[in-house]
This record gives sequence, C-alpha cells and structure tokens, in this order.
Amino acid sequence: MASSRLARWWQSDVMWSWRRSPVAIVSTLLFFALVAAAVFAPLVAPYTPFDPASLNLMDGFTAPMQSGLGSGNMYWLGTDDQGRDIFSAILYGMRLSLFIGVMAVAFAAFLGISLGLIAGYFGGWIDAIIMRIADIQLTFPSILVAMLIFGVARGLTPPELRDQMAIYVLILSIGLSDWVQFARTVRSSAMVEARKEYVQAARLIGRSPFVILRKHLLPNVMSPVLVIATISLALAIILEATLSFLGVGAPPTKPSLGTLISIGQDFLFAGEWWIILFPSITLLVLALSVNLLGDWLRDVLNPKLR
Amino acid sequence: MTEHTLLEVKDLKVQIPTRRGVLTPVNEVSFTIGRGEIVGVVGESGAGKSITGSAIIGLLDRPARISSGSVTLQGEVISGLNEEQLRRVRGKRIGTVFQDPLTSLDPLMSIGDQLSETAMAHLAISREAAREKALQALIDVGIPAAESRLDAYPHEFSGGMRQRVVIALALIGEPDLIIADEPTTALDVSVQAQVLMLLKRLCRERNTGVMLITHDMGVIAETTDRVVVLYAGRVAEIGNTEQVLTSAKHPYTRGLVGATPNPANMDGDNARLNQIPGSMPGLLALPTGCPFHPRCSEVMPVCKTEQPALTPLGDTTIACHLATEASA
Amino acid sequence: MFAYIIRRLFQGALVLAIVGFIAFCMFRFIGDPYENILGQDATVQDRLALEERLGLNDPIPVQYFKFLGNAVQGEFGVSYRNGIPVAEMIAQRLPATIELAVVSAIFAVVLGVLFGVYTAINRDGFLANFIMTSSLIGVSLPTFLIGILLIWVFAVELKMLPSFGRGETVDVFGWKTGLLTASGLKSLILPSITLGLYQMTLVMRLVRSEMLEVLRTDYIRFARARGLARRAINFGHALKNTLLPVVTIIGIQLGQIIAFAIITETVFQWPGVGLLFINAVNFVDVPIMATYLLLVGTLFVLINLVVDLLYVIIDPRLRLDGTEAR
Repeated sequence: MASSRLARWWQSDVMWSWRRSPVAIVSTLLFFALVAAAVFAPLVAPYTPFDPASLNLMDGFTAPMQSGLGSGNMYWLGTDDQGRDIFSAILYGMRLSLFIGVMAVAFAAFLGISLGLIAGYFGGWIDAIIMRIADIQLTFPSILVAMLIFGVARGLTPPELRDQMAIYVLILSIGLSDWVQFARTVRSSAMVEARKEYVQAARLIGRSPFVILRKHLLPNVMSPVLVIATISLALAIILEATLSFLGVGAPPTKPSLGTLISIGQDFLFAGEWWIILFPSITLLVLALSVNLLGDWLRDVLNPKLR
Repeated sequence: MTEHTLLEVKDLKVQIPTRRGVLTPVNEVSFTIGRGEIVGVVGESGAGKSITGSAIIGLLDRPARISSGSVTLQGEVISGLNEEQLRRVRGKRIGTVFQDPLTSLDPLMSIGDQLSETAMAHLAISREAAREKALQALIDVGIPAAESRLDAYPHEFSGGMRQRVVIALALIGEPDLIIADEPTTALDVSVQAQVLMLLKRLCRERNTGVMLITHDMGVIAETTDRVVVLYAGRVAEIGNTEQVLTSAKHPYTRGLVGATPNPANMDGDNARLNQIPGSMPGLLALPTGCPFHPRCSEVMPVCKTEQPALTPLGDTTIACHLATEASA
Repeated sequence: MFAYIIRRLFQGALVLAIVGFIAFCMFRFIGDPYENILGQDATVQDRLALEERLGLNDPIPVQYFKFLGNAVQGEFGVSYRNGIPVAEMIAQRLPATIELAVVSAIFAVVLGVLFGVYTAINRDGFLANFIMTSSLIGVSLPTFLIGILLIWVFAVELKMLPSFGRGETVDVFGWKTGLLTASGLKSLILPSITLGLYQMTLVMRLVRSEMLEVLRTDYIRFARARGLARRAINFGHALKNTLLPVVTIIGIQLGQIIAFAIITETVFQWPGVGLLFINAVNFVDVPIMATYLLLVGTLFVLINLVVDLLYVIIDPRLRLDGTEAR
C-alpha cells in the first residue's frame, strides 16, 4: 500500500516537473541539507559556541583552517574575537533563523487563512472591516510594521524578560507583518468557492459555517497558500536577519545569522573578513534556495499567478 | 498576372514549429486581387483566413513564418522584405482594419493624434497639414461634429464610431489595398451594415482594393466582387461572388451557402438551415487526401488518398476531385 | 474627477486618523510616563502635578484629540532618553534622510525603467538575459548585505569612497545639505546605491512584465499595421500604457525606500531619522517611535495622493468622472 502511494506521488504532475527542473532539484536539495544541518546542529557542530566555559580567549581571531593559539583546536571557518567557532555559530544561528522564520510564517498563514476564509465566506461588513485593515497595513512596508510591533511588544514586556522574550516577540512581529498576502488570496478563492453549489448545499443541510469552512473551502485554497508560504519563508528569513542585524531582533546571547553578520561587521575593517563572510554566504544561500523553490512552485501550481 | 492585378498571393505557405510538430495553418494558398476589387476570404474559424492576412502585411507572430510562396504587390515582391521596408508598405500601401475596434486604438492617445501620427509617418507633411488631413478623414468616415471630436479619446466613442475611426486610420495613408479582418464581427448587428457600406463606398470612391476576411456568407453576399473559400488552410474554391452563391461547385462551399439564412432557399414554414456535419479537423490531425473528405456528402475513394489540385471548372476554380472528373 | 479626488482625500484622512490613534495608544499606554519623565524616586505630589500637566486624567477621547492637536502644531513631546523635544531631534535629522531617499529613488526609477524597457524590447538578447538573471540574485540579497559588500569593496579594499557618515555639510537656509560638497557627494554614493538597488530590480522586473503585456495588445499590433516607426510604437504607445500600472507600484516603492532607509542608515551610520528610530525601538523611546510613525504615515498618504493625481493626468478615462476606473 505504502509503496504504491509513494509511486503515485512520484508520478504526480508536481513531481514530474520537479524531476525535469534542475533549478528545482538543486534548490530543494540545498534547502533540505541546510534544514538538516540546522535541526541536527547539536550533533553536527564541532563545538558548543555559546557555552562560556568551553571558550578559550587565546583562540580569538583564528583564521579559517588554522589551529587556535590557546587550545590548538582546528577551526574550519575560523573564530571570532571571543574564540567562538564560526562554523558552529553558523549552525546554531541558522537553527534559530529557520525556527523563527517557519514559526512566523505558520503564524501568518494561520491568521491570514482564518481571516481570509471568514471575510470571503461571510462577506458584508465583516469582509469590509478585515480587508480595510489589510489595505491600511499594506500601505506600510512589512519591515516597518514588524519593527513597530517589535518596539511596542518590547515596551509591554518588563525589561528583565526582554532578552528572553525577544525570539517570541520576533515571531509575533514578523507573523503580524505578513498575514495580508494570505488573507487576500484565500479571500478571493473563498468568495468563488462559497458561491458554488456544493457549498450552498452544505449550507442548506444545516452544517455549521465552521465545518463548511474547514472541510470544503480550506482544501481548495491550499495550493496558492503553499506558494505564498514558500515565498513568505524567504522574506521572513531575510526580515529576521535584517531585524537582528539592526539590533532589534535576536539577542547577542542567542545570535541568529543576522546577529552574527552584525557582530562581524565590526571586524571587517581590521581584516578579519571570515567572521562576516561565512554567515553572509549561509544567509544568501538559504534565502536564494527558498526563493528559487518558491518561484518554481508558483510556476507549477499556479501558472496564472505570474 | 495582368496590369490590373493589385495583389498576387502565390502558393503561400505559413508554418508554425511547435513541440508536437510543425503546423501549417496556411497551405499553398493562391489568389489575386485587382485594383479597386473587393475580394472576400471566407471560412470557418481556424481555416487560416486571419493568418493569411497577417502574412501579407508581414505581421505574423513568432514563431509563425512564411516558409514558401510569395506575396506580390503591384509587381513588387513584398514577402521577405525586412522590417523597415515592410513598415513603409504597412499603412502607406496596405491599410488594415482589425476585428475589435474596442482594443485597436491606443486608449491613452486622442484619436486626432493617432490619425495625424499615422499620416506623418507616411506622407511628407507638416503637423498642421496632418491635423487638417485627420479632420478630413474623420469627416469622410461620417463622424458627426468631427472638428470637436479630434481631441477626444477612444473611450468617448461608441463601438461603431470607433470602427469608423479605425477605418479612417487605415485609409489616411492613402493605401491601394485594405485588409479588413472581420471588421464588423464585434459590432452590434444594427451598425454592422452601416460600417460595411461605408467601407465599400470609400474604397469604391478611391479605387482601393479590399481583402475582406469574414466567416459570414451574408457579408460576402452584400459586399464582395469575388470570393476565396478557405478550408483547413487550403483554398477550396475561388469565383465570382454571385456564381459561388448561386451555383457553388465545391461541396464545402455549398454547405456554407446552405448554412446561411436566405429567403430564396427557405420555402415554406418548415424550412431549416442545412448544417455541415462534423467540424473542421485540427491542424495536428489533418486527414490524408482531401481535408474535407470526412465531412463530405459526395466523398469518393480517391478523396481519401489524394489531395485535389486547384482546377478551373466553368467560371470558378475549385480544389475537388468532382471537378477533375467533370473535366476529364 | 472632482469626486474621485475628494474620495481619495477622505480615505487618506481616515488612514491618518487611524495611524494617529495607534501612535496615541503607543504614547499613552506603553511604558510608564511617570517613571520615564520623573525618574524612579518621584513623590505622590510630583505624580499628581504631572498628571495635571499632561492631562492624564482627561477622558481618553479628549486626550486623543489633544494629542492630534499637538501633533498638528508640531508638538510631539520629549524624548524619554535625553529629554530633548522630539520635533527638534527629527527636524535636525530629516534633511539627511530626505537627501538619501530622493537620490536613491531617482536612481531606482530611472535605471529601473530604462532596464525594464530594454529587457522587454530585446526579450531574447544576450544582455537582456544577463540583466534578468542577475536581478534574481539582487532580489534575494538582503539590503544590509549589499551595503556591507559595497563597503568591503569600495571602502575597505579599494579605499575609494567613505564607509560611514555624510561627509561635510553646508547650511542652506537652515537645511544642512551634503549635496554641495565633494565629500558630501562622495559619501552619498554607496548608501544611495545600497538603498536603491533592490527597488531598482523590482521596478525593472515590473516595467518589463507590464511592457511585455502591452506589446501583446491589439492596439500595438494595429500601430504596427499602421506602419508607425518602431521607436514611436515602443515609446509613444507601449511605454505610456506601461506607465499606468507602474506609477502605482513606484509610489509604493518610494514608501519602501523610506522604510529601508532605516537599514541603510544603520549600515552606513547615516545621521538620519531612520537611525534615530531604530535606536528608539531599541531603548523603547516611545515618543520618538510614535512621532516617526505619524511622520511616515503622513508621507505615505501624501505619496498615495500624488499617485492618484498622476493617474488622472496619465489616463484620460479618469478625467471625466471617477466611476470609470478600469
């Protein structure tokens, strides 16, 4: 049974076009390799970069492929000023960046899909209010919205908890800045679906709106949602990196890729290029692979979106 | 080819390479148009009428291209000219009227500007003279209060009026030939006849030849001198309009004429329109032999294997084995 | 047309009122104004006096309208961090941001439209394909990385251009401009490329796809059938019709430039309002955050109004009455 289902999946249209697109294959493999490295960071990373006890200050500023002066340990991608292994820091940083990105997109998708379904199904003034809020929010660039929400949430948390809460505040602010795309798309599909006969029939036999929304409308909007979610993930990763780079994101005690780049910028002038270069490349490859994947998905699942 | 010949299309073949094979929407089409003559080109949609028109003025959309045959205008071969040479032909020697007047005009430019722009592109005249000419062109096509309408934009005109503007645009370069591709199909029935009569009158006055592409036998009957019937990219029959309408030789043409409401062949209350059974084959699945044979009521064994050649039969020329038999 | 503009004005006013309300809520409910203004060891009398002075006892709607009234007069309160009036701090830093944003916007729009038109007309050309492929990488590259890359190449390695600050400025009627000195202009180059590059790729891709769409329309085909010259068709007809949807997006892009200026100003330590705002977010300096929100909100509403007016100018169909939007 399982094998036949697997075979059917492998033969499906989407997988067929995946097998024929080198760009899709490469970006998928890259993306999953990076995800695996991030998920298994504690196993893959040679050092535990954020355990102060394991750091040797004498190892600071070790160049790539050199041994530290203090411990004699080998560092593939070099170390920073505190003697932290860049490679391990990147793995943990990517873990955090991916976690925040995925959670933020999941939150945005949940919020956007729910509001979009409600707006499209019920119409009328509920629709008007939701979409007007979406319009106004869309006037403002998402990075600004995220920063404002971050600032407000920070203001509402007691100062001693701020660093601890920073990651959840980030997820909240990135998610809230990104729900509009989901809501708009889902709403327009839901409006079309809601008029169709099977939904009308479900209404007539007295099913509750909640059941109709979940069972009948939701499955029909999943493929555009998947496309938007992929593209949103790339945007969310970049947005998180940007916020952290600006110092309004992940705290220095728990650095994400953006934080690492911002730390590295200080050493660029002194010639320690590796501290900034490797996290930047990782971020770029991560964002690019998700972007290419999203581009390909959009072409395959919905040629009309282009 | 005589002195009176304006346009001669000879063995024209248009091909489109696609992933599933090479399509030939226009296949060895030949016909002529004389000076001041109105020739109808008729057929079902997909028969290759519009593509023939586009090929003549060199406006085929890539990757379609003329693969063989020639187009000769007043003794000069114009197929195979380069883009700049073709540009001088278009508008100046061959005017064009497209099907949909709603989308043929640039929505952001006043019609006066569109007219004078076209005039200046082809005639060596000043801006003022071009505007004068634009005004005259609007008056000629019967736009009321033309002077005050020069600065109006396309959306301020009705469909019929817009098509008049399009005709004015086609005529402003003083061409010798007009190619009108379904000029009235998109219009209200009530204004179709007016626009058609206008086109006919203007071309007669200026001795301009017309290639009138249509699927409507009624339009053919009212307007044209001669008619070319196309089927699946090939010429089925060419002849004087009157003869074709009254005594068509090709079974397909007879079907077309029979499918048109005509008081003459509607005797009694239970008169019905004849229909040609089936539909035109797709270009990828052309039958062997005569492309019409699967639908033909007079099909013979030879029809299934051999493509009939164009043969004169009486006053018309037809591509049908019936004709070959009759003359043999 | 008149009704159309009035309706747009009304919508803008509504957006501003909502933005103002959010700013007011931030101002009123985030952080502790007593502690922020009086310090931690204030007496009850101090608190009551402050309450009276700030009107914190008034009903909320009254406070809101007072807040709006003050804002209209340029009164935005005092920074929690250093006690300087917010209006003064912003006025001092605004010229830096405006100069950066305007130069970047011109860079983005001019090059974006040029490249977009070029890549649309020469769809299969080698150079056009090269531009399109590199633009895909440009879209994936975060702004701050572009800035760092430029600093690395042109400031650290080649030592050609300054990596931070505005250079020398000249005071022109109270407006400190960097556009009149050599060092000021040199300092502007890297930040404006950083800020404009992403927007340029977006404008380019948009112009290209819209232009390709327009080139397929019947009226372009008819213009060719009329025998117009290629240049007249591309620029007289196609580009004009392309600009219509593009103008809206370019308006939104200009708003984006203001927001992304925050990043560029941080990377290049550019002394503008963006840098002020990011520091305010970091230290929860609410008056500055709220004022920045109001400022940017007003700016976006103005941009949208200008875009709507441009629409009316370009599209004759809108000139008659507002109902005939396409």
